Amino acid sequence: MIRRLVLAAALASLALPALAQGTQQPAVKPIRGDTPIPESNHSGTYRMERHDRPVPRNYAQQPPIIPHNIKGYQITKNVNMCMVCHAKTAAPTSGATPVGKSHYLDRDGKDSPNISTQRYFCLQCHIPQFDAEPLVSNTFKPAQ
Amino acid sequence: MAYDFEVRRRGWKRWIPAWVWRVGPWTVVGLFAAGIVFWGGFNWAFELTNTEPFCISCHEMEENVFKEYRHTIHYTNRSGVRATCPDCHVPKEWGPKIVRKIQASTEVLHKVLGSIDTPEKFQAKRWALAEHEWARMRANDSQECRNCHNFRYMDLGEQGRRANATHSVAFTEGKTCIDCHKGIAHQLPPIDQAIGAPRVEPSAGKFAPPR
Repeated sequence: MIRRLVLAAALASLALPALAQGTQQPAVKPIRGDTPIPESNHSGTYRMERHDRPVPRNYAQQPPIIPHNIKGYQITKNVNMCMVCHAKTAAPTSGATPVGKSHYLDRDGKDSPNISTQRYFCLQCHIPQFDAEPLVSNTFKPAQ
Repeated sequence: MAYDFEVRRRGWKRWIPAWVWRVGPWTVVGLFAAGIVFWGGFNWAFELTNTEPFCISCHEMEENVFKEYRHTIHYTNRSGVRATCPDCHVPKEWGPKIVRKIQASTEVLHKVLGSIDTPEKFQAKRWALAEHEWARMRANDSQECRNCHNFRYMDLGEQGRRANATHSVAFTEGKTCIDCHKGIAHQLPPIDQAIGAPRVEPSAGKFAPPR
């Protein structure tokens, strides 16, 4: 009796993992591919695109992308380097695209001499582009 | 060994001045050699104070300005040509270098006094420190920039559209590098840009935006 139980247990221990494997979902293929966790995956080398001219929007209301290199441009408590050229007072001389009128209104709709503090961190909406291939392709077209 | 300087010397010895015979020719040769060694030694020790490791041996420099500088193009870039602390902050010419080094002796005093020994103290003084350095560079026409970035050999056609337009105007207006290129290696002090609450620092109108 005991011998039969032991045999059944041994058979079960062999068969269960096989059963479990049969019902398992196919493993998700992660972006990191076959690179083991402890090793790092090469991220690729990409450069910030330098169009140096405004890039057309993809749809209405899109925050325009930054068409130039912004490496080292400080947005700190002390200074916002973007506003040195893009402020509406500086734009005529610098030739940069002036910041939109909406950015000068505070939450009460009051106009201020420079951008609202709510809009201080330009990179929350406006981003530079890198010359990387998109991970997922799409066929988006703006509404006509 | 006594030399008889009353005697009129003959042959090639006539061409050696009398004082050499008075102090002794080997003494003269020895002093000359010692001069070379001491001058070389002085310059060697002097140049040791013009190195990046020396500059960041003080935590004031390492914790504040050096950390900021590490994110900039003068620290790391595609070709590996660097401008370290002394390349921008110490003149290359001997005279101005000595003058700057003598001025810098007050920095030793302030190191002892601990004037900027915490990041908070450093931030509080950042405006004054930056203004000193900007004034120095304005006074010598940004000589330390121009040691590498010489206007005369700049090919404006190779520059980007913005740089091309701005540089050609700036050069004809007689502007110097630091007039526009502030905060390229370190964080800027508080600049009054009329964003948010008015600033208390005496910065209004002092920071010229590039044209």
